[in-house]
Formats: sequence, C-alpha cells, structure tokens
Amino acid sequence: MDLYEYQGKQVFARFGIPVSDGRLATTPEEARAAAEEIGGPVVVKAQVLTGGRGKAGGVKLADDPADAEAKARDILGLDINGHVVRKVWIEQASDIAKEYYLSITFDRGTKKPLFMLTTEGGVEIEQVAEENPDALARLHVDPLEDYQPYQGRRLVYGAAIDDPSEQKQILGIIEKLYRCFVESDAMLTEINPLIVTPEGEVRALDSKFTVDDSALYRHPDIAEMRDVEAADPHERLAREKGVTYVKLDGEVGILGNGAGLSMSTVDVVVVAGGRPANFCDLGGGGDAQGVVDALEVITSDDQVRSIFFNIFGGITRCDEVARGILTAVEQLKIELPIVVRLDGTNADEGRKILADAAPANLHVEPTMLEAAQRAVELAA
Amino acid sequence: MAVIVDNDTRLVVQGLTGSEGRFHGLRNRNYGTKVVAGVTPAKAGQDVEGIPVFNTVADAVQETGANTTLIFVPARFATDAIYEAVDAGIGTVICITEHIPAHEMLRVHTYIRGKGVMMIGPNCPGVLSPGKANVGIIPAEIFSEGSIGLVSRSGTLTYQIGHELTQLGLGNSTIVGIGGDPVVGSSFIDVLERFEADPETELIVLVGEIGGDEEEKAASFVQEHVTKPVLAYIAGFSAPPGKTMGHAGAIISGSSGTAQAKKEALEAVGIQVGTTPTQVAQLVAERFAART
Repeated sequence: MDLYEYQGKQVFARFGIPVSDGRLATTPEEARAAAEEIGGPVVVKAQVLTGGRGKAGGVKLADDPADAEAKARDILGLDINGHVVRKVWIEQASDIAKEYYLSITFDRGTKKPLFMLTTEGGVEIEQVAEENPDALARLHVDPLEDYQPYQGRRLVYGAAIDDPSEQKQILGIIEKLYRCFVESDAMLTEINPLIVTPEGEVRALDSKFTVDDSALYRHPDIAEMRDVEAADPHERLAREKGVTYVKLDGEVGILGNGAGLSMSTVDVVVVAGGRPANFCDLGGGGDAQGVVDALEVITSDDQVRSIFFNIFGGITRCDEVARGILTAVEQLKIELPIVVRLDGTNADEGRKILADAAPANLHVEPTMLEAAQRAVELAA
Repeated sequence: MAVIVDNDTRLVVQGLTGSEGRFHGLRNRNYGTKVVAGVTPAKAGQDVEGIPVFNTVADAVQETGANTTLIFVPARFATDAIYEAVDAGIGTVICITEHIPAHEMLRVHTYIRGKGVMMIGPNCPGVLSPGKANVGIIPAEIFSEGSIGLVSRSGTLTYQIGHELTQLGLGNSTIVGIGGDPVVGSSFIDVLERFEADPETELIVLVGEIGGDEEEKAASFVQEHVTKPVLAYIAGFSAPPGKTMGHAGAIISGSSGTAQAKKEALEAVGIQVGTTPTQVAQLVAERFAART
C-alpha cells in the first residue's frame, strides 16, 4: 500500500523525523483557511500516488491565503498521469540551501534493507546512480544485527557530508528512518529532497512510503489511511468482494485460478492477438460464490466484450468449478460470450456438466491457446 | 534420490489439527509420505487418525525422529512456528502459509541461512517427489515418476505444466514450489543446485514470473554450475508496473523485475523460454527425445 506524501510525513513525524508544518485541504476555501493558520508563504502540493507532479503543475508557491486559494483551485481536479487531484497539502514554504536524498528500500535481491544517501537530491535517484555513482552512499543492514550507529556514520562520510551540524542531524534522521522502516513494515521509505535550510536546519520536504500489505493487520493506523475513493472503481469493488483483481485496458475479461496461471492467461490472450481487460485470480477455491463475486467484478467493466475462464483443477475439482460457472451465469444473467477451458482433476466431468447445460453464450475449448483465440474472436 | 523430500522424509505437520493441516496432512500420508507427528500447542495426547499430536516440535522430534516439517500455521504465528522447528533440529522446513509479513521473512531468511536449514516457501504449494513423498498441497495424481526436475514460483501454473508433461508421457523427479512471496526460504539457485546433484534428474524446468531478480540470478548460476539442460517459462509479460499480480512478490518495481528482462537473461545463457505453458511442455518433450 502506497501512502500519500502527507501521510508518509505524518508517519515520519511520529518517529521524530523533522517535517514542515502543513494542513490537508480538499477545496480552495480549505486551502485558504490552512494558509491563514500556517501564516506566511505556503506551498500548495497535489496529493497523488504517482510521480512527476511538479512537471505537471501540481506544486505551486503561494504568497498569501488568497493566492493559496487560487493555486489550490488550479491544482484540484488536475489530471496527473491519470490520477485526478482530490486533495492538496498546504505546507509552510521552506528556504532551501541544499537538497539531499535519503531512502531505505526493501532489497529483495540481498534480502536486507538498503540505505541510500547522497547530497545530489531533488532529482531521480536512478539518474544519480547512473551519472554519478560515487556520490551515492549505499549500505545494507543485516536484519538480525539491526541498525548500529557506525552504519549511519559510514553513510554520512560516504556521501561526503562534512558540516558537523548537518552530520549530527542527519545521523539522527538515519536512525529514526530505520526505526520507521522496520516498525512500520515498510517496503520503501524515501525522503527526496532532504533539505538543508539557509539556517542549517535539516528537514524532510517530501515522502515516498510503501507499506507491506501482509503486515497491515498490525498497523491499523496506517491501514485506515487507504484512500478507497482514489482506486479504480472496479478494483474498489474487487477489494470489497475479496477478489484478487487488477484492471487492464482491453476487451477480454479474464478469470484464472492461481496467480501464476492467471498471469499466464493474460499473456496467452496477448499472444492470441487480443487485449486483456483484467487480471483476476480465483485463488485455490472455485466454489460458486467465489465465481459469482469474480464475475460480478469482471462484468462491472463496460469495456469487457468476452470472458475467458481458464481453470486448472488441482485440489479444486473441475466439476465443482463447472457448477460454479453455471450458477454464476444464471445468477448474474450474463449475456456476454464466455469461453471456458477446464483441465486437470475431473476435467471430463466438468466439461460434461457444461455441455449438458449448454447455455447459448458458453463455449468450451480444449486448450489454453485455442480458448484464448476463441475469446479474442468473440471480443472483436 | 529426488530432492528435498523422499523415502527418508519423516514429516511433522505444524497445525495438523486445523482444517487445512488435517486435510493435507492426511492426503500426504495417503500418498505414502511418512507423516509421523503433528504439533498443536495444548493438544498433546490427541491424534489425527492415528498421527500423534505433540505440544512442541522438540517433543515431536524426540518421540518420532521427525526430520521435516510442514507448516499450516496462520500468518501471524507462522514465523514463530518456523523458529520453533529450526531450534528443534528440523533440517527441512516447508511453509505453506500465505501473507507472512516480508520483514519477518527477512529475519527468518537470515537466521536459517546461518543454520544450514533448507526452507521452502512461504506462500508455496510444497514439494512432491512422485512415488516417494508428497509434502504440501500439490495434487500428486496429475504427476508421474520420471526424471524432469520442476521448480516454480507458482502453484497452478506448475500443475498445468506438470499435467502437460504427463500427457506427453514424461514424469518428474521432484516438483518444488518455492513460493510467490518477495522473500522465500529457497531461491531458484538453491533448488537448481539440488537438481544438478541429483542423479535421477536429467532435465530441469524453471517456471518464473515478474518481480525481483531471482530468474536473472538463476540464469548466471546455470551458465556457471549446471550441466543438465534447463528450459523455462515466465509469466507476466502483460503485467503493468506497480501492481501486485496475485502473489505478493509478483510486482514490477519501476523498470525492474519485468518478464522481458528475465526472458532475455535466460535466453542469453542458452535457456529456451516457452511462450505458453503448452509450448514449454512440447520443448521439454523435444529436448528429451533428442537426448535418449
């Protein structure tokens, strides 16, 4: 789960990482009131879960409350990479002397948290890593050894930060960010830029924060930060129904069982020349209710022209799945063409059940590729 | 031979008295696996159709000589169960549980590496050595005995490919589902190493998917250390970046972890990558026919 900038900063603040004073606003009027409370010039920042908002005009400086209201009016409703701005963060404007970068990522490759620190902040870190790798201090932390202060010193010296006051402040932030990363079950915590003001004060000016979905049960405060309205409406419905679903941009609705087979089904539709409308994993089950819920989500997408059911029965028996499909088709009164491919445990019985019932819009195909081709034809 | 589980496997099931544990524990026993014990705290003295239940793994090991554990414990208690098994001297841990927090697995991974324990999973279907032992939830009836080693991050996709191989008259030495989480106990490399050393395995099929770089690492490992032929399949060519595709570990982060990059890495070391699961099975059959 990704957090908005302001949410990430709220979590940072709980761990003692310095951030600027700010308020959330959803209307221009609220933005004005927020600017009045904060006093002085403010920055109006679009809150979206995507990058590139600065270039898209989503971050603007405002001299006074009236200006903050005007800037918020410009930014609210803006479409940034397909994300419509519904909230702005009004923050005390900061004077910036230097821009650094500090992050911790969950490094799957080494199976360790990875720190990165550089004085070349404010730009994409990939760019720094490519163009000036020596400027980027990197350090892995052994998960059992945990963070030790010497590691912070190595990072600070490695990034060639030589001002003693900056060193001291950044060492504190490094340790707090590590605690924040581990104790929040984060997959990513990034501060870019980590600024130094002309007075020498170090502060987090932005945040990028991703939390492990599997650990949300022990972070109810973070779990409730989820902005359900920002999600794609089909994905929101899927979440409510407990269906594993990802919206794609095509016409062939897809339902498979198991993550790998479902991904493979999406790929095979592309191989067959079609455009998948979604990824949907029925999971290990395949009971009638699971099929009904999944089909309800898939057919909520008006773009869908045909549905491809790709089931491999393991523990799940194909005859059970076949009955589930018939129940769902009847219950939801689905008229779209449905192509079914069943294989594995009790596949013959399953195919027979479908053949005997034989709803006019149901097509049974013997292999994955043939079924994909048929589903693509029927979507045309 | 075969790898990880075989006739010498003496299995304890942690969570045997739960519904999943019971169902699959008994299924594994019916297959012929030596299921010697179950562990559920506060249920010592009970039995599940004759399989004795103990309070602790240590008791189960002492009383029954268990050497392998199968974990069906719910996510929030699963890492505790793993540590308990390792500290009781269990050498092979197979964890089916899904949704274990990734940070917990970082610590487990580091801990077990230091102990020389073989761990498969979590979020995996388990390990099946046809004709010898089945540990986990793999439907054994769709596989047959043979000499193809199969290692995969996915359950049903593995069954699909195994089923197609069976249709073509080809069997497996061992099927290993390493799991779909970002951090799992064993990587492709750990299993490839076992298959390379296993005299019963003649050919290896690797089934990968988007996310992480384990397929790329496997490609380098094959080039340097594997003499047996390897074929591969990768799922997720059409997956959008930043979206978790069913498995917690199946996510393209920025531009890394794409199916295309994995395919290229594998092909660069001469590993053929099939376009569909069916095609992989056909390639295996062709390669096999050419060998014998």
